Amino acid sequence: MSAPSEPVAGAMAFGGGRLSGLTQALGLLALGLAVFAAVLLVFGKNPIRAYADIFSSTLGSWYGFSETLVKVIPLILTAVAVAVPGRIWLINVGGEGQLHVGALAATWGALQWGHWPAWLLLPTMAVLGFLGGGLWGAIPGVLRARGWASETIATLLLNYVAILLVNFVVFGPWRDPEGVNYPQTAEFAAAAVLPTFGTSRVHLGIVFALVALAVFAFVVARTRWGLEMRAIGGNAEAARRAGIPIAAYVVVLMLAGGGLAGLAGMAEVSAIQGRLRPSLSPGYGYTGFLISWMAAGRAGGILVAAFLLAVITAGGDILQMTQALPGSVVHILMAVILFVVLGRRAAGR
Amino acid sequence: MIGTVRSLLSGAILSGTPLLYATLAEVVSERAGIVNLGLEGVMLMGAVVGFITMVQTGSAAAALVAGALAGALFNLLFAFVVITRRANQLASGLALLFCGVGLSALIGSPYIGSRVAGLPEIRIPGLAELPLVGGVFFQHDGLVYASGPIAVLVWWVLFHTRWGLHLRAVGENPTAAFAAGKSPAALQFQALFIAGLLGGIAGVHLSLGPAKTWAEWMTAGRGFIAVALVIFSKWHPLRAIGGALVFGGAISLQLQLQALGVPVSPFLLDMLPYLLSLALLAAWGGARRHAAPGSLGRVFQRSD
Repeated sequence: MSAPSEPVAGAMAFGGGRLSGLTQALGLLALGLAVFAAVLLVFGKNPIRAYADIFSSTLGSWYGFSETLVKVIPLILTAVAVAVPGRIWLINVGGEGQLHVGALAATWGALQWGHWPAWLLLPTMAVLGFLGGGLWGAIPGVLRARGWASETIATLLLNYVAILLVNFVVFGPWRDPEGVNYPQTAEFAAAAVLPTFGTSRVHLGIVFALVALAVFAFVVARTRWGLEMRAIGGNAEAARRAGIPIAAYVVVLMLAGGGLAGLAGMAEVSAIQGRLRPSLSPGYGYTGFLISWMAAGRAGGILVAAFLLAVITAGGDILQMTQALPGSVVHILMAVILFVVLGRRAAGR
Repeated sequence: MIGTVRSLLSGAILSGTPLLYATLAEVVSERAGIVNLGLEGVMLMGAVVGFITMVQTGSAAAALVAGALAGALFNLLFAFVVITRRANQLASGLALLFCGVGLSALIGSPYIGSRVAGLPEIRIPGLAELPLVGGVFFQHDGLVYASGPIAVLVWWVLFHTRWGLHLRAVGENPTAAFAAGKSPAALQFQALFIAGLLGGIAGVHLSLGPAKTWAEWMTAGRGFIAVALVIFSKWHPLRAIGGALVFGGAISLQLQLQALGVPVSPFLLDMLPYLLSLALLAAWGGARRHAAPGSLGRVFQRSD
């Protein structure tokens, strides 16, 4: 894990020691929850019931807990997808698009080689997913490395293109002729479905996510690459004079980040959907962005924040059912928590 | 053929109008040194509050005022976080977007499917009857006619008033402006309030213009396209008019091709405005360093 004083993604660390840092984080979370409760009150909803519903549906049972873990998987991957290029101050807001293209590429593999055995097909799909998302991240990377366009705007615009691309194939060339009314591809062969743990829907993707997180933490803290990234993030001009190939880092880190988001897309189509559908992701890419910023790009923080936002994301589905609230209401809660964290961290010193 | 060209032009103007207001909003904001990626959230708040006011009161004027004010007040939330609390602008902007998506969905959910009259169409007497061009240029709602003059007004205020000079000075170099006795924070708050008004108006035109409906996240990335348009316009309000028309044209072309039954998937045609934004951004990217406000995106730390 990286030391808390590093200049990660422009954020300062929580002040003080470990204990006071934890107290402070909990305080900020409580403040965010209180603001959202006030918003619910204004609209005539009962915030205590809303929070009770969210809590009991996610942490109140083994089933709820396992469903929360199912959401943690793509959230960790999309958050690391933001944190990797974030090491050198690149803002990757394209996780959503990279996830979609990764899912698209993995689906292509699943439909193409459905007769292959699982031990061959699943790694192929994972590689395709990584490459698809990586390509979608590398395009803005190249544009940025050449000084042609800001990666922030480019990744945002490419999100829309990627989602339209998925819609195009499932409504058009890849549409399952047997799924009469549903725009979706044919169901994957059993060999193209990631194995799950026990009777839950928690799948092998959780290993991808944890490995990605561990490798990220290791590279950052223990390798020459991590050191060079820190040099670029600290002072790009000095790093350039020291002979560090900045342009190559820009492209490779965008590719790696995009690839991890693409891997999340592969895991979703393979384990959760079992086929490609337009409603592949409830905004995992954007939520991953918020997680990475909440965690200041640190691996440990990403783990905690991904779990918290998985609870909130799952809670959104519940509020829709029990409180007749629109599902996107939880976006307010996510935004408020991020506002509180960002505002507190920058002005706090 | 002529009919298609006329629909295309008319559509370019209609689709370009909210883009122009949104681009002007972002120009004012960025001239003060603040990037607002949450403009889309501001537009959504303007769209939903304008729409609800229209349903409740039936008055287009009240809807416009309410929508604009909603956008401005909502943008002050962003102003507080990035100016007073000095938070990162890009991340805060995206948080603002999320907040706008969620809040507008919450406020607007009882009004999904409501029908309204929308903004009244104003035919310019004499001109609207002109052959060929009459219907294209002189048969629109008031916000379409006002958009050009408002762009000129924004240009005049930014470049020909003392306030505009100070605002641009803050955007270029807040430390120097502070040393010269100006308060960067106050000027930036004012700029973001005005940007919020313009963003709110953009939203009102989305929900009460030709669409006459409210739908969750109905902006569909137009706020991001506006941010790209600002770079394309080199942070200049008058160039924004041309930029908005080009993009309005791209949206309109895609609708026209679909109406003509061109055998291309509508999903591929829908990509047009986003790919065009990206292409123009890349093509214009080389020159942008010269035109961008000097302190854009940076946090001003007064050392007192």
